[in-house]
Amino acid sequence: MNQQQTHHPEHHIGLGTYVAVFVALMVLLVVTVAMIHVDLGRTGGFIVAMLIASVKALLVMIYFMHLRTARALTRLFVVFGFFWFAILVVITLSDYLTRAGWPPRV
Amino acid sequence: MNHSHTAESDARLFHQFADMEQQHESWSLGMWVFLASEVLFFGALIFSFLLYRSVYWPTFLEGTHELDLVIGGINTAILLTSSFTMVLAVYTAQNGNHRMAAFWLIVTSLLGLAFIGVKIHEYGLKWEHHLIPIQGLEFEWHGEHPQQARMFFSFYFTLTGLHALHVLVGILAIWVVAYRVAKNHFGNDYMPVEIMGLYWHFVDLVWIFLYPILYLFRA
Repeated sequence: MNQQQTHHPEHHIGLGTYVAVFVALMVLLVVTVAMIHVDLGRTGGFIVAMLIASVKALLVMIYFMHLRTARALTRLFVVFGFFWFAILVVITLSDYLTRAGWPPRV
Repeated sequence: MNHSHTAESDARLFHQFADMEQQHESWSLGMWVFLASEVLFFGALIFSFLLYRSVYWPTFLEGTHELDLVIGGINTAILLTSSFTMVLAVYTAQNGNHRMAAFWLIVTSLLGLAFIGVKIHEYGLKWEHHLIPIQGLEFEWHGEHPQQARMFFSFYFTLTGLHALHVLVGILAIWVVAYRVAKNHFGNDYMPVEIMGLYWHFVDLVWIFLYPILYLFRA
């Protein structure tokens, strides 16, 4: 036992939690592959797959990347990373979706 | 001054920081700033792919059916497992067991190499099927719109290629960190392993989105 370890107990997530998150990630992988056999339509299938991917991403970020024990400032920076991306998406879509004849016939 | 750190970890304190805690926070904040730029880098590419897919979806659907669901799934499982072994490296480093930390780092890098190996096999299959959209190479497409199919495979190679490049860079960086951890260069300071982990998990995150958008939209 070194002193630093007892000094930062809040920075430590237990081994059991890591194993549980890993099992959850593998289960979600099987689920998302199995979903191709469920007919949800084009949009429905897209939404479900992206939801599952987002849950996996959140599990990785919160537990494996230690956001659960991170400072508020670090969390804020993470949120803003995705916020900038949201700006990129919104401005691009505000162009495409308001174009005459979108989507084009192909 | 409340210094409850060990002398060993204080030896790792760089002069611009007040204490180890501030140093640790600055490091992880810096990595997250870089990762935020990576979110935009991959996000923009993934978003353009989805935008073009929404227009040329019948051809992109045919393209998706050219990709092997099982191979992609195996690679997803490999990367998820490598994230878990990376977490074990950070965990053992936190507990001061630098030998185990180096071991788990090496295991992580080997899983990364396995991912690259599977990827090379997959690219080889595309080569055999004449599905590489490069000027001068024969591109064989029996569907209605070969130009749109070329676009699908351009996206496929750009997205997976840039991702694979990130995996390769990660593997090299892991070897450097693993060597220094094994040599006990960092003492009780587990942060270099933690920062390495942040990068590696991010590469895993990108693949978590690439797998469904490239391989799984089959309806």
